[in-house]
Amino acid sequence: MSNAAKAEVVLALHRFGMGPRPGSIAAIGTDPRGALIAELDRPLVLSAAASLPSSAKAYRTVADANARRTARAKQAQQQAKKQQMAAAPVAAGDQGQAQAQPEGQPQGYSQEKDTAEMAAKQAADAIPDPGRPIYLQEAKLRTEAALAADIGFAERLVWFWSNHFCVSANRIQSMSGAYEREAVRVNALGRFVDLLLAVEGHPAMLFYLDNLESMGANSTAGINRSRGLNENFAREIMELHTLGVRTGYTQDDVISFANVLTGWTLVPPGADPQHGGEFTFNPRLHEPGGQTVLGKRYEQEDAEQGRAVLRDLAANPATATHVATKLARHFVADEPPPALVEQMAKTFRDTEGDLKQVAIIMVSSDDAWRGPPAKLKRPGEWVVGMVRATGITVVDPVRFTGGQELLGEALWRPSAPKGYPDEEASWIDGVGRRLDVANYFAERITGMADPQVIIEDVFASQIAPEVKQAVGRAESRQQALALLFMSADFQRR
Amino acid sequence: MGLVNHLPTRRELLVGSGALFAWSQMPRIARAEGRDPRLLVIVLRGALDGLGAVAPVGDPDWVSLRGDRALLLDGKPPALPLDAFFALNPAMPNLHRLYKSGKAAIVHAAATPYRERSHFDGQDVLESGLVKPGMTSSGWLNRALLAMESGGRVDPRGSRALGIGSVTPLVVRGSAPVMTWVPQKLLPASEDTQNRLLDLYQHTDPKLATVLQARMKLASLGGAAGKGDAMSDDPTLAPPGIARVRAYFAEAAGTAARYLAKPDGPRVGAMGFVGWDTHIAEGAASGQLYNLLGALDGAFAAIETNMGEAWKETVVAVVTEFGRTARINGTQGTDHGTGTVAFLIGGGLAGGRVIADWPGLKPAQLLEDRDLKPTTDLRAVLKGLLRDHLRVEENVLAETVFPGSADVKPMGGLVA
Repeated sequence: MSNAAKAEVVLALHRFGMGPRPGSIAAIGTDPRGALIAELDRPLVLSAAASLPSSAKAYRTVADANARRTARAKQAQQQAKKQQMAAAPVAAGDQGQAQAQPEGQPQGYSQEKDTAEMAAKQAADAIPDPGRPIYLQEAKLRTEAALAADIGFAERLVWFWSNHFCVSANRIQSMSGAYEREAVRVNALGRFVDLLLAVEGHPAMLFYLDNLESMGANSTAGINRSRGLNENFAREIMELHTLGVRTGYTQDDVISFANVLTGWTLVPPGADPQHGGEFTFNPRLHEPGGQTVLGKRYEQEDAEQGRAVLRDLAANPATATHVATKLARHFVADEPPPALVEQMAKTFRDTEGDLKQVAIIMVSSDDAWRGPPAKLKRPGEWVVGMVRATGITVVDPVRFTGGQELLGEALWRPSAPKGYPDEEASWIDGVGRRLDVANYFAERITGMADPQVIIEDVFASQIAPEVKQAVGRAESRQQALALLFMSADFQRR
Repeated sequence: MGLVNHLPTRRELLVGSGALFAWSQMPRIARAEGRDPRLLVIVLRGALDGLGAVAPVGDPDWVSLRGDRALLLDGKPPALPLDAFFALNPAMPNLHRLYKSGKAAIVHAAATPYRERSHFDGQDVLESGLVKPGMTSSGWLNRALLAMESGGRVDPRGSRALGIGSVTPLVVRGSAPVMTWVPQKLLPASEDTQNRLLDLYQHTDPKLATVLQARMKLASLGGAAGKGDAMSDDPTLAPPGIARVRAYFAEAAGTAARYLAKPDGPRVGAMGFVGWDTHIAEGAASGQLYNLLGALDGAFAAIETNMGEAWKETVVAVVTEFGRTARINGTQGTDHGTGTVAFLIGGGLAGGRVIADWPGLKPAQLLEDRDLKPTTDLRAVLKGLLRDHLRVEENVLAETVFPGSADVKPMGGLVA
C-alpha cells in the first residue's frame, strides 16, 4: 500500500470511525470508502445487552428502591422519635430542660429532630440506588462496542443520533442507556421517521422533556386538576430534533403541537408491576379536538395525531437540511462544504429519510475527504481512539465515565436538550485537561503499550514526523505515550 | 501475617501509588542468620546528570568543561564537600549528612552495559538486568526474589495484586509473587511534559499551542502549583510546582518505607520517579535539577524516618538508565550520555565514600568525546548488594539475575 493510500485509510478511521486499532489498517485494505459502506451492512447488535434490563424494567427497579427507601426512612424516623420520648419523659422544649443543656447545644426539640432525621437518612442510605450500576453497565457495554468495532462508523452514527436525540442521565439515569439501545441504536441506519417516532415515544424522552404531566387545558385531567400544558417537548422536537431553529414555525405551532402531544406519558411504575415505565397514551390528559400545526389540520383523536405530525416533520425539507448539516458538521468539518450538505440533504429528501443512504452519500463524496484533518475530536471520541490504539478492549466503567465527566462530556449527561456541541470552540479550552487524562492513562498502561508499536503497527507510521521525533526523545514510555495521545494526529480528524 | 495486616488504608493507597511499589517477603538465608534486611530500588527515569549531582570539583578539567554551570565548593550556593575530589549538589543536605555518618555511598562513573541513548531501551536494560533491550519481560529484582525463596513465610495471598491494571516497574516484574498498587492518584503531567508538548504543538498545531500556552501561563500566575496537597484530586490540575513534587516524592517514598518497616511487611520494593531528562535549562545549582535532587533528598529523609528501627537493616539503591553529556549543550542543558552516579543509602551500608575509578574529563578521556566514560559496571554494584545484603548466591546472580555477567564480579564491602 502506498503512503497516500495508508493516509486515506487512517483518515477514514479517524473521521468516520473510532480510530485505528491493531490490525484495522490492514483489514480495511485499499478501499476505505467501500469498507465504511460495508460496515453499515453489519447489524448493530449488542449481544451482551441481553443481560441488561429494559428501560421500563430499570425504571421500575429504581422506583421500587425509592419507594422502599421512603418507607424505611419513615419507619426509622418514627422509631427514633419513640425512643426519645421514652428516654426523656419531660416534654421537649421544657424551659428547665433546655437550660440544663451545655452551651452551644441546640434546644432539645431540634436535637431530637436531628436525631430522627439522621436515623431516617441512614435507613434510606442502607438501600442503594440501583440506577447507578445500571448506568455503569450500559456505559461499559456501549464503550466496549466502540472499542471492538472494526472501523466504528456505525457506532459513530449511533453516538451521533444518541446525542442529537439526547436525554440526560442526570434526570433519568435508570433509562439513559437502555433508551439508546431501544430507540436509537435499532434505528440509526433505518429511516429517519422511524427513529423520530421511536425516540419521541420513548418514556425516557417523555420524562426528560417534561411531557409526563403535560395535559390539555380542556382534557379531563386538566379540568379536574387545574393544570395544563408543558410546551418543552413540542418546542424541542421542532427546534432541535427536526426542523431546526428559526425555520418558520411559530409560537402557535408550538402550542398546537404541545396540545397534540398531551397524553404521551408512561405507565406509573407503582401501578403495574408488568408494564410500569412503558409508554402509554393517556386520553384523560389529552387535549380533545383537532389541532393546526404548520398550517395543516390534524383531526385524529389519540396518539395517532402526534404520530401524524411527527411524520410530517420528518418529511419537511427543513428537517433534511438540518439533519444533513449536523451530520456533515459532526463528521467532516465545523464548516462543512455546502455542496456536501446539499448532496446529503437531497439524498435525505429523495429517499424519504433513509439514514443509511445519507451516510453512504457522505462517505462517497470527495467533498467529505478533501479537507485537512482539522476537526477537533470530542472527548469521547478522543478517549476511545486512545484506548483503541493500545488494543485494550475492556474498560472499567467507573473510571471511563469519570474521565468523560472530567473532560466535559459526561456520558448521557449533556447539560441541555441540544446535546453536546461539535464545534472546536466548545472543546479546545479543555485540551489542557486532556493532558492530565492522557498522562494518567499513559502511566497506567506503560507496561502494556509501546509507543513505537502504536506508531508503526497501529498507525502504519502515518504520524507526523515531529510527533515521531518527540516520542522517540521522551524521557520515559509514559511521557512518550502522553505526547503521542496528545498529538494533533490523535486529537484531530 | 496476612493480606489483612498489610492492606493499606485508603489514604496510604493514595499516597503510595505514585511510587509503583512491589514486594516479597523475607529472604530465607538472611533470616537464618538472624538478620531481616530490606532493599528498596528507586529508578530515576529520564537519565540523571551524574556530574550535576556529584561534581568532581578536584578534577582540573571540571571548570573548563562546565564553565559557569559547574558546581563548585565556593559556588552559589556552595557544593557540599564529600572528599578531596567530589562534592555533592547543595540541594541534598540529607544525603550529605548520611554520607558523613557512613550511611550513604556514591558510585560514580557507573553505567549499565547499554551503550545506545534511547531512554526506553536504556531503562529496559537497567531493569531487566540483561545486556540488551527487549529480551525479557521480567526484572532482575524479581528474579532475585525467585532465587532467594522465602523461608516459608510467603503467604500465598501475597501474590494477589492490590487493584487492577496497575503498572509494575519492570525491575520487579516476573513470576515471583509481587503485590502492586494501582496508581489511584498521580502527579499531573510534569512541566517537562508540558514543555515538550508545547514544542510539538508549535511545530504542528498553532491553535493547540495557544491553548496549552495559556493554560501553562494561568497555572504559573495562579501559583496553585506551588502549594497544597500533593495528592490533590483537583481536576483542574496545574502543572506540579516544585513544592508539590517534593511532597509527592516524600510521601511516596515514605509510604514505601512504612511498609518495608512492618514486621510482617514486604522486604523488597521498587519505585520510580520521573523528570530527569534535563535537555533545556538544567539548573544544577538552582533550577530543575536542583529542585528534583532536593525532592529526592526529601524522599531519603522520609525513608529514614519511616523505616524506624528497620533503618539499620535497610539499603536503598537509586539508579538511572544512563548519564548525560559531560558538556553543557546549546540550550543550557545536557543531552543523553553514558556514565553517571548511583546513590546508595541506608543504615545497613558501609558508606561514607565515593566509589569511583575516575576516568578524567579531558576530551580524549570522555566516551566518544562527549560522555563521562563508565568505569564501573552498575551490575557489579547491584550484584554486591544482592549477595551481601540479601544473600543471593553468586552463581545465581551471574546466571539468572544478571545473565551473562559472570565476568562482572559483585562489588564487595558495600554492606556493613
